[in-house]
Amino acid sequence: MADLSMEQLTHEYFDVLKELGNIGAGNATTALAELINCKVDMSVPQVRMLEFNELGDLLGGEEMILVGIYLMVEGDIDGSMMFTLPQESALHLVNKLMAGMLGMPEKDIAEMEFGEMELSAMKEVGNIITGAYLNALSTITNLKIYPSPPQIGIDYAGALLSVPAAEFGIMGDNILLIQTKFSDDMDLDGYFIMIPDMDSYQKILHALGVM
Amino acid sequence: MGELIKVGMADWKLCLGDNSVTTLGLGSCVGVALRDPISGVGGLAHVMLPDSNETNNNSNRAKFADTAIADMIAEMVKKGANKSRLVAKLAGGAQMFSFNSSKSDMMRVGERNVAACEKKLKEYGIRILAKDTGDNYGRTVVFFPASGDYIIRSVGKPEKTI
Repeated sequence: MADLSMEQLTHEYFDVLKELGNIGAGNATTALAELINCKVDMSVPQVRMLEFNELGDLLGGEEMILVGIYLMVEGDIDGSMMFTLPQESALHLVNKLMAGMLGMPEKDIAEMEFGEMELSAMKEVGNIITGAYLNALSTITNLKIYPSPPQIGIDYAGALLSVPAAEFGIMGDNILLIQTKFSDDMDLDGYFIMIPDMDSYQKILHALGVM
Repeated sequence: MGELIKVGMADWKLCLGDNSVTTLGLGSCVGVALRDPISGVGGLAHVMLPDSNETNNNSNRAKFADTAIADMIAEMVKKGANKSRLVAKLAGGAQMFSFNSSKSDMMRVGERNVAACEKKLKEYGIRILAKDTGDNYGRTVVFFPASGDYIIRSVGKPEKTI
Protein backbone atom coordinates (compact mmCIF):
# COMPACT_ATOMS: atom_id res chain seq x y z
CA MET A 1 0.00 0.00 0.00
CA ALA A 2 1.69 3.12 -1.21
CA ASP A 3 1.65 6.26 0.84
CA LEU A 4 -1.00 8.67 -0.21
CA SER A 5 -0.65 12.39 -0.28
CA MET A 6 -3.56 14.51 0.83
CA GLU A 7 -3.88 15.92 -2.68
CA GLN A 8 -4.26 12.45 -4.14
CA LEU A 9 -6.78 11.56 -1.51
CA THR A 10 -8.96 14.54 -2.09
CA HIS A 11 -8.87 14.31 -5.86
CA GLU A 12 -8.71 10.63 -6.75
CA TYR A 13 -10.85 9.29 -3.97
CA PHE A 14 -13.13 12.24 -3.54
CA ASP A 15 -16.31 10.39 -4.49
CA VAL A 16 -15.55 7.44 -2.25
CA LEU A 17 -15.00 9.68 0.75
CA LYS A 18 -18.13 11.61 -0.08
CA GLU A 19 -20.10 8.38 -0.19
CA LEU A 20 -18.68 7.40 3.19
CA GLY A 21 -19.89 10.69 4.60
CA ASN A 22 -23.24 10.04 3.01
CA ILE A 23 -23.67 6.66 4.63
CA GLY A 24 -22.42 7.75 8.04
CA ALA A 25 -24.36 10.98 8.18
CA GLY A 26 -27.43 9.30 6.70
CA ASN A 27 -27.52 6.90 9.59
CA ALA A 28 -26.84 9.66 12.10
CA THR A 29 -29.54 11.87 10.65
CA THR A 30 -32.06 9.04 10.90
CA ALA A 31 -31.08 8.50 14.53
CA LEU A 32 -31.47 12.22 15.20
CA ALA A 33 -34.87 12.33 13.50
CA GLU A 34 -36.10 9.40 15.58
CA LEU A 35 -34.80 10.96 18.74
CA ILE A 36 -36.70 14.20 18.36
CA ASN A 37 -39.51 12.80 16.25
CA CYS A 38 -39.02 15.35 13.47
CA LYS A 39 -37.97 15.27 9.87
CA VAL A 40 -34.28 16.09 9.54
CA ASP A 41 -32.61 16.73 6.19
CA MET A 42 -28.97 16.43 5.32
CA SER A 43 -26.89 17.94 2.58
CA VAL A 44 -24.58 16.14 0.18
CA PRO A 45 -21.35 15.69 2.16
CA GLN A 46 -18.35 17.77 1.30
CA VAL A 47 -14.82 16.47 1.36
CA ARG A 48 -12.59 19.38 2.12
CA MET A 49 -8.91 19.97 2.46
CA LEU A 50 -8.32 23.21 4.27
CA GLU A 51 -5.37 25.23 5.39
CA PHE A 52 -5.44 26.05 9.07
CA ASN A 53 -6.22 29.70 8.50
CA GLU A 54 -9.29 28.68 6.47
CA LEU A 55 -10.68 26.60 9.31
CA GLY A 56 -12.39 29.55 10.95
CA ASP A 57 -14.76 30.01 8.04
CA LEU A 58 -15.72 26.35 8.09
CA LEU A 59 -18.45 26.68 10.68
CA GLY A 60 -19.51 30.27 10.23
CA GLY A 61 -16.51 32.22 11.53
CA GLU A 62 -14.03 31.75 14.37
CA GLU A 63 -16.16 33.63 16.85
CA MET A 64 -19.42 31.84 16.15
CA ILE A 65 -20.51 30.30 19.45
CA LEU A 66 -21.11 26.61 18.99
CA VAL A 67 -21.96 23.59 21.01
CA GLY A 68 -19.41 21.02 20.01
CA ILE A 69 -19.43 17.35 20.82
CA TYR A 70 -16.07 15.82 20.26
CA LEU A 71 -14.90 12.28 20.51
CA MET A 72 -11.78 10.37 19.70
CA VAL A 73 -11.92 7.29 17.56
CA GLU A 74 -9.64 4.32 18.10
CA GLY A 75 -9.42 0.76 16.86
CA ASP A 76 -8.55 -0.06 13.26
CA ILE A 77 -8.83 3.60 12.42
CA ASP A 78 -7.74 6.61 14.44
CA GLY A 79 -9.06 10.09 14.35
CA SER A 80 -11.78 12.20 15.77
CA MET A 81 -15.33 13.14 15.13
CA MET A 82 -17.21 16.31 15.85
CA PHE A 83 -20.86 17.16 15.91
CA THR A 84 -21.43 20.90 16.11
CA LEU A 85 -24.40 23.17 16.13
CA PRO A 86 -25.05 26.80 17.04
CA GLN A 87 -26.04 27.34 20.65
CA GLU A 88 -29.63 28.21 19.84
CA SER A 89 -30.01 25.16 17.64
CA ALA A 90 -28.72 22.98 20.45
CA LEU A 91 -31.27 24.45 22.84
CA HIS A 92 -34.06 23.70 20.36
CA LEU A 93 -32.80 20.17 20.10
CA VAL A 94 -32.67 19.63 23.86
CA ASN A 95 -36.06 21.27 24.23
CA LYS A 96 -37.66 18.93 21.72
CA LEU A 97 -35.95 15.96 23.25
CA MET A 98 -37.07 16.71 26.78
CA ALA A 99 -40.59 17.53 25.63
CA GLY A 100 -40.76 14.26 23.72
CA MET A 101 -39.16 11.93 26.22
CA LEU A 102 -40.16 13.40 29.53
CA GLY A 103 -43.50 14.79 28.48
CA MET A 104 -42.43 18.24 29.60
CA PRO A 105 -44.00 21.20 27.79
CA GLU A 106 -41.69 22.89 25.27
CA LYS A 107 -40.09 25.92 26.82
CA ASP A 108 -39.45 29.34 25.38
CA ILE A 109 -35.95 29.17 23.92
CA ALA A 110 -35.22 32.72 25.04
CA GLU A 111 -35.57 31.59 28.64
CA MET A 112 -33.47 28.48 28.28
CA GLU A 113 -29.82 28.12 29.03
CA PHE A 114 -27.30 25.34 29.25
CA GLY A 115 -27.55 23.90 32.74
CA GLU A 116 -26.43 20.54 34.01
CA MET A 117 -29.48 18.77 32.61
CA GLU A 118 -29.26 20.37 29.16
CA LEU A 119 -25.56 19.56 28.89
CA SER A 120 -26.14 16.00 29.90
CA ALA A 121 -29.00 15.61 27.42
CA MET A 122 -26.89 17.13 24.68
CA LYS A 123 -24.03 14.76 25.44
CA GLU A 124 -26.38 11.83 25.18
CA VAL A 125 -27.68 13.09 21.84
CA GLY A 126 -24.09 13.34 20.72
CA ASN A 127 -23.41 9.83 21.89
CA ILE A 128 -26.34 8.36 20.01
CA ILE A 129 -25.85 10.09 16.71
CA THR A 130 -22.09 9.90 16.48
CA GLY A 131 -22.50 6.23 17.40
CA ALA A 132 -24.92 5.85 14.51
CA TYR A 133 -22.44 7.54 12.16
CA LEU A 134 -19.53 5.37 13.23
CA ASN A 135 -21.58 2.17 13.25
CA ALA A 136 -22.49 2.67 9.63
CA LEU A 137 -18.86 3.33 8.81
CA SER A 138 -17.73 0.27 10.68
CA THR A 139 -20.30 -1.94 8.99
CA ILE A 140 -19.40 -1.02 5.42
CA THR A 141 -15.65 -1.09 5.94
CA ASN A 142 -15.63 -4.04 8.31
CA LEU A 143 -13.14 -2.13 10.43
CA LYS A 144 -13.25 -1.89 14.18
CA ILE A 145 -14.09 1.61 15.33
CA TYR A 146 -14.21 2.37 19.03
CA PRO A 147 -15.41 5.83 20.00
CA SER A 148 -14.39 7.40 23.31
CA PRO A 149 -17.10 8.85 25.54
CA PRO A 150 -18.09 12.20 24.06
CA GLN A 151 -16.88 15.49 25.48
CA ILE A 152 -18.92 18.63 25.17
CA GLY A 153 -17.82 22.22 24.84
CA ILE A 154 -19.71 25.46 24.32
CA ASP A 155 -17.25 27.86 22.82
CA TYR A 156 -15.92 29.76 19.81
CA ALA A 157 -15.77 27.71 16.62
CA GLY A 158 -12.07 28.51 16.30
CA ALA A 159 -11.31 27.23 19.78
CA LEU A 160 -13.22 23.98 19.28
CA LEU A 161 -11.60 23.35 15.92
CA SER A 162 -8.11 23.98 17.29
CA VAL A 163 -8.24 20.51 18.84
CA PRO A 164 -8.40 18.48 15.61
CA ALA A 165 -6.21 21.11 13.92
CA ALA A 166 -3.37 20.52 16.37
CA GLU A 167 -3.53 16.79 15.67
CA PHE A 168 -3.27 17.35 11.94
CA GLY A 169 -0.68 20.05 12.42
CA ILE A 170 1.90 17.49 13.46
CA MET A 171 1.65 15.82 10.08
CA GLY A 172 1.16 18.68 7.69
CA ASP A 173 -0.27 22.06 6.91
CA ASN A 174 -3.74 21.01 5.94
CA ILE A 175 -6.67 19.30 7.51
CA LEU A 176 -8.80 16.87 5.56
CA LEU A 177 -12.36 16.31 6.64
CA ILE A 178 -15.73 15.00 5.58
CA GLN A 179 -18.42 17.50 6.45
CA THR A 180 -22.19 17.06 6.27
CA LYS A 181 -24.74 19.71 7.09
CA PHE A 182 -28.07 18.79 8.59
CA SER A 183 -31.19 20.83 9.21
CA ASP A 184 -34.86 20.51 9.93
CA ASP A 185 -37.53 22.81 8.54
CA MET A 186 -36.85 25.65 10.94
CA ASP A 187 -34.86 25.49 14.12
CA LEU A 188 -32.05 23.12 13.67
CA ASP A 189 -28.83 23.19 11.75
CA GLY A 190 -25.41 21.82 12.36
CA TYR A 191 -22.59 19.68 11.08
CA PHE A 192 -21.12 16.24 11.39
CA ILE A 193 -17.40 16.32 10.83
CA MET A 194 -15.40 13.14 10.48
CA ILE A 195 -11.66 13.57 10.77
CA PRO A 196 -9.70 10.35 10.33
CA ASP A 197 -5.93 10.68 10.40
CA MET A 198 -3.99 10.13 7.17
CA ASP A 199 -3.17 6.45 7.79
CA SER A 200 -6.79 5.76 8.53
CA TYR A 201 -7.92 7.20 5.21
CA GLN A 202 -5.72 4.62 3.54
CA LYS A 203 -7.09 1.83 5.69
CA ILE A 204 -10.65 2.84 4.91
CA LEU A 205 -10.00 2.96 1.17
CA HIS A 206 -8.18 -0.34 1.33
CA ALA A 207 -11.01 -1.96 3.26
CA LEU A 208 -13.45 -0.80 0.62
CA GLY A 209 -11.26 -2.37 -2.06
CA VAL A 210 -10.68 0.85 -3.96
CA MET A 211 -6.92 0.93 -3.56
CA MET B 1 -8.25 54.89 15.75
CA GLY B 2 -5.79 52.63 14.05
CA GLU B 3 -6.31 49.62 11.91
CA LEU B 4 -7.17 46.15 13.25
CA ILE B 5 -4.87 43.49 11.82
CA LYS B 6 -6.08 39.90 11.82
CA VAL B 7 -3.84 36.92 12.48
CA GLY B 8 -5.01 33.44 11.41
CA MET B 9 -4.22 30.10 12.97
CA ALA B 10 -0.53 29.15 12.60
CA ASP B 11 0.49 32.65 11.55
CA TRP B 12 1.97 35.84 13.01
CA LYS B 13 1.81 39.53 12.13
CA LEU B 14 3.65 42.67 13.14
CA CYS B 15 1.78 45.69 14.36
CA LEU B 16 3.05 49.27 14.54
CA GLY B 17 1.85 52.66 15.76
CA ASP B 18 -1.69 52.92 17.09
CA ASN B 19 -2.86 49.86 15.17
CA SER B 20 -4.01 46.75 16.97
CA VAL B 21 -3.71 43.10 16.16
CA THR B 22 -6.21 40.34 16.87
CA THR B 23 -6.66 36.61 16.63
CA LEU B 24 -10.03 34.94 17.07
CA GLY B 25 -11.03 31.88 19.00
CA LEU B 26 -7.77 30.63 20.50
CA GLY B 27 -8.32 27.15 21.91
CA SER B 28 -5.29 25.03 22.63
CA CYS B 29 -3.27 27.52 20.55
CA VAL B 30 -1.36 30.32 22.27
CA GLY B 31 -1.44 34.00 21.34
CA VAL B 32 2.05 35.37 21.95
CA ALA B 33 2.04 39.17 22.12
CA LEU B 34 5.40 40.93 22.01
CA ARG B 35 6.27 44.61 22.06
CA ASP B 36 9.08 47.05 22.46
CA PRO B 37 7.55 49.85 24.58
CA ILE B 38 10.00 52.48 23.34
CA SER B 39 9.83 51.99 19.57
CA GLY B 40 6.21 50.82 19.69
CA VAL B 41 6.94 47.84 17.47
CA GLY B 42 4.71 44.90 18.36
CA GLY B 43 3.52 41.60 17.06
CA LEU B 44 1.15 38.74 17.70
CA ALA B 45 1.72 35.05 16.93
CA HIS B 46 -0.99 32.37 16.88
CA VAL B 47 1.06 29.32 17.81
CA MET B 48 -0.47 25.89 17.27
CA LEU B 49 2.17 23.36 18.33
CA PRO B 50 5.03 23.45 20.82
CA ASP B 51 8.10 22.28 18.99
CA SER B 52 9.25 22.23 15.35
CA ASN B 53 11.74 19.48 16.19
CA GLU B 54 8.98 17.00 17.01
CA THR B 55 7.97 16.53 13.39
CA ASN B 56 9.50 16.42 9.93
CA ASN B 57 6.67 18.49 8.56
CA ASN B 58 7.96 21.77 9.84
CA SER B 59 8.01 23.89 6.68
CA ASN B 60 5.41 26.27 8.10
CA ARG B 61 7.55 27.90 10.77
CA ALA B 62 4.69 30.05 12.05
CA LYS B 63 2.93 26.93 13.33
CA PHE B 64 5.41 26.16 16.12
CA ALA B 65 6.19 28.06 19.30
CA ASP B 66 9.98 27.95 18.86
CA THR B 67 10.22 28.99 15.21
CA ALA B 68 7.31 31.45 15.23
CA ILE B 69 8.74 33.40 18.17
CA ALA B 70 12.24 33.43 16.66
CA ASP B 71 10.99 34.66 13.28
CA MET B 72 8.70 37.28 14.74
CA ILE B 73 11.48 38.70 16.92
CA ALA B 74 13.85 38.86 13.93
CA GLU B 75 11.26 40.79 11.94
CA MET B 76 10.48 43.12 14.84
CA VAL B 77 14.17 43.97 15.12
CA LYS B 78 14.23 44.80 11.41
CA LYS B 79 11.38 47.24 11.99
CA GLY B 80 13.31 49.02 14.73
CA ALA B 81 12.58 47.06 17.90
CA ASN B 82 15.39 46.54 20.39
CA LYS B 83 15.62 42.91 21.42
CA SER B 84 16.64 43.70 24.98
CA ARG B 85 13.57 45.87 25.53
CA LEU B 86 11.00 43.32 24.38
CA VAL B 87 8.28 42.22 26.78
CA ALA B 88 5.65 39.53 26.34
CA LYS B 89 2.10 38.61 27.27
CA LEU B 90 0.53 35.21 26.71
CA ALA B 91 -3.05 34.00 26.32
CA GLY B 92 -4.68 30.73 25.31
CA GLY B 93 -3.34 27.22 25.73
CA ALA B 94 -6.64 25.85 26.97
CA GLN B 95 -7.55 22.22 27.16
CA MET B 96 -10.85 22.27 25.32
CA PHE B 97 -11.76 18.66 25.96
CA SER B 98 -10.43 16.23 28.52
CA PHE B 99 -9.92 12.59 27.74
CA ASN B 100 -8.38 9.75 29.65
CA SER B 101 -6.98 7.87 26.71
CA SER B 102 -3.69 6.85 25.23
CA LYS B 103 -3.73 10.06 23.26
CA SER B 104 -3.82 12.16 26.38
CA ASP B 105 -0.44 13.63 25.52
CA MET B 106 -1.98 15.13 22.40
CA MET B 107 -4.90 16.41 24.41
CA ARG B 108 -2.53 18.30 26.67
CA VAL B 109 -1.22 20.27 23.71
CA GLY B 110 -2.44 23.57 25.20
CA GLU B 111 -0.36 23.18 28.31
CA ARG B 112 2.66 22.10 26.26
CA ASN B 113 2.22 25.09 23.95
CA VAL B 114 2.35 27.49 26.90
CA ALA B 115 5.43 25.78 28.34
CA ALA B 116 7.19 25.92 24.96
CA CYS B 117 6.44 29.63 24.56
CA GLU B 118 7.75 30.36 28.05
CA LYS B 119 10.91 28.39 27.35
CA LYS B 120 11.61 30.18 24.07
CA LEU B 121 10.97 33.60 25.59
CA LYS B 122 13.31 32.76 28.44
CA GLU B 123 16.03 31.87 25.96
CA TYR B 124 15.76 35.39 24.59
CA GLY B 125 15.62 36.83 28.10
CA ILE B 126 12.17 38.28 27.41
CA ARG B 127 10.05 38.91 30.47
CA ILE B 128 6.45 37.71 30.53
CA LEU B 129 4.51 40.58 32.08
CA ALA B 130 1.16 38.80 32.24
CA LYS B 131 -0.57 35.68 31.10
CA ASP B 132 -4.05 34.24 30.93
CA THR B 133 -3.57 30.63 29.96
CA GLY B 134 -4.89 27.13 30.54
CA ASP B 135 -8.37 26.21 31.75
CA ASN B 136 -10.93 24.84 29.34
CA TYR B 137 -12.36 27.75 27.38
CA GLY B 138 -11.54 29.59 24.17
CA ARG B 139 -10.23 33.14 24.00
CA THR B 140 -10.34 35.92 21.44
CA VAL B 141 -7.54 38.43 21.92
CA VAL B 142 -6.73 41.96 20.80
CA PHE B 143 -3.28 43.43 21.39
CA PHE B 144 -2.40 47.13 21.37
CA PRO B 145 1.39 47.44 21.07
CA ALA B 146 1.31 51.19 21.78
CA SER B 147 -0.11 50.72 25.29
CA GLY B 148 0.68 47.05 25.81
CA ASP B 149 -2.96 46.30 26.57
CA TYR B 150 -3.95 42.75 25.79
CA ILE B 151 -7.72 42.33 25.77
CA ILE B 152 -9.20 38.87 26.24
CA ARG B 153 -12.79 37.88 25.47
CA SER B 154 -14.35 34.50 26.26
CA VAL B 155 -17.81 33.03 25.95
CA GLY B 156 -19.95 33.85 28.98
CA LYS B 157 -17.18 35.69 30.84
CA PRO B 158 -16.48 39.37 31.34
CA GLU B 159 -13.87 40.89 29.07
CA LYS B 160 -10.52 41.38 30.72
CA THR B 161 -7.35 43.29 30.00
CA ILE B 162 -3.97 42.02 31.07
